[in-house]
Amino acid sequence: MADISVNIAGIQMNSPVMTASGTFGYGIEFADFVDFREIGAVIVKGTTLHPREGNDYPRMVETASGMLNCVGLQNKGADYFCTHIYPEIKNLPTNMIVNVSGSSPEDYAECAARIDELEAIPAIELNISCPNVKQGGMAFGVTPDGAASVVRAVRQAYHKPMIVKLSPNVTNIADIALAVQDAGADAISCINTLMGMVIDIERRRPVLSIATGGMSGPCVKPVAVRCVWQVAKAVTIPVIGLGGIMTAADAIEFLLAGASAIEIGTANFIDPAVTMKVSRGINEWLDAHGCRSVQEIVGMLES
Amino acid sequence: MKKYVKDLTISEISYPHERYVLLKLTDTENLPDILPGQFVEVKVEGSPDTFLRRPISINYVDREKNQLWLLIAMVGEGTRTLGCLKVGDTLNLVFPLGNGFSPMRKKGEKVLLVGGGVGVAPLLEYGKVLKGQGAQPIFLLGARSEKDLLLLEMFKSISTVYVTTEDGSAGEKGFVTQHSILASEHFDRISVCGPKPMMVSVARYARQTDTPCEVSLENMMACGLGACLCCVEKTVRGNVCVCQEGPVFDINDLTWNI
Repeated sequence: MADISVNIAGIQMNSPVMTASGTFGYGIEFADFVDFREIGAVIVKGTTLHPREGNDYPRMVETASGMLNCVGLQNKGADYFCTHIYPEIKNLPTNMIVNVSGSSPEDYAECAARIDELEAIPAIELNISCPNVKQGGMAFGVTPDGAASVVRAVRQAYHKPMIVKLSPNVTNIADIALAVQDAGADAISCINTLMGMVIDIERRRPVLSIATGGMSGPCVKPVAVRCVWQVAKAVTIPVIGLGGIMTAADAIEFLLAGASAIEIGTANFIDPAVTMKVSRGINEWLDAHGCRSVQEIVGMLES
Repeated sequence: MKKYVKDLTISEISYPHERYVLLKLTDTENLPDILPGQFVEVKVEGSPDTFLRRPISINYVDREKNQLWLLIAMVGEGTRTLGCLKVGDTLNLVFPLGNGFSPMRKKGEKVLLVGGGVGVAPLLEYGKVLKGQGAQPIFLLGARSEKDLLLLEMFKSISTVYVTTEDGSAGEKGFVTQHSILASEHFDRISVCGPKPMMVSVARYARQTDTPCEVSLENMMACGLGACLCCVEKTVRGNVCVCQEGPVFDINDLTWNI
């Protein structure tokens, strides 16, 4: 058996496989399917300082090898998370990481400060890349200055490891990655969803309630692998890869592109036990290829 | 309730009508506990266009044969693929999901179960369970025409069945809400599953007659587990997931204009 444990910005993980925010609830929804000890971390739903009702239905449409969503960060806010949800999830036997979102740098910082007080949350993932909210979200993540302003504000308020999640909807993702590294990010995760649109031709209307949505699933994987490869070459902090991972082979692709760990998102909807299977599959692949640890293959593309 | 992901084997297939398929699935172990009104998420293999699972209501649970029945309307690529399966094929299910219909509230209560189109599916299991608990289920089934009435003999084997068809080829002509039984009899409560306009008009009737009423919704879903927040319905408690807090809702919890 290979050693598949990883250490991402000081967070020790049993496996390089994490769950992507917004696809795994608060973890407890999947308790019948997944042994949490076999996965590296659960990244819970996007949390904002104030409660959000999200966008109107319909919020989801299927597309070839994937789906689009425009949920719009529906959540009950940071206070509700701290008082009602945190007690339910704090003893799950894996790293519980909170995904934090906001509509101004101050918002992000205040939300992060609340999470900072929670002992059993070892890190946050900062979402500067949600394409589905009018204010904030992706608006910050598409320019180096905007991204850095949020990261700097949160860095003042949050003292544990901070992962920053990047949008692929940009001209040069490496520039954004460098900006958030300089502003104090401890790790980068990429990619968030690709902005897309689907039209109902009979009704001559967009299918989704706000017209556009974030595309995810295997259809985005090549874009994600390319982004991880570009970002990993540019920065010195760890990169966490995500985007369309369904199998262990997909995960290995991201590791070879330079990701130190990976997240699985949309695949949880198809197979609720997929994270555990991918984790085991990575181990088997490493064994079959004579590798003793995950680290041996991170970024190890032949030139 | 514990949820499972597992392969079930298709042991029987029939076509009650050219647009509908009835799959009878057998579990190698004993089927888990299932409540009437709960649903399964079915994986559809073979095409990138059927990427997500399909939510299908549980039509009937035959404990003796250890069979779970799915009555499926073949309306899109995913459900048409399911209609082409053969006996002996396996189907991967995540189940049982959702809350299900209300259990019997008092002995002998008269419960009207109103179904339209493929929405009749979960009412068969619900009627069977209610009868077993000592309630008095009565079916009111609506269809376009006689040939669209699905599993009528099964419904009749459980309890009294009233029928409406839009063309008058069976039962009373018109919609379910026009059936004379609604004017002549009193019901302790009503449960409905069918097209939304039908559910809305039954809900309106229930509100007018002060009869408790629950409806089973079928919003577009991805995960089925309350994780993706895609299938939300507006309720008096805000947006909630139909897959987790539903699919069955008391009409007083919804924000429908009734």
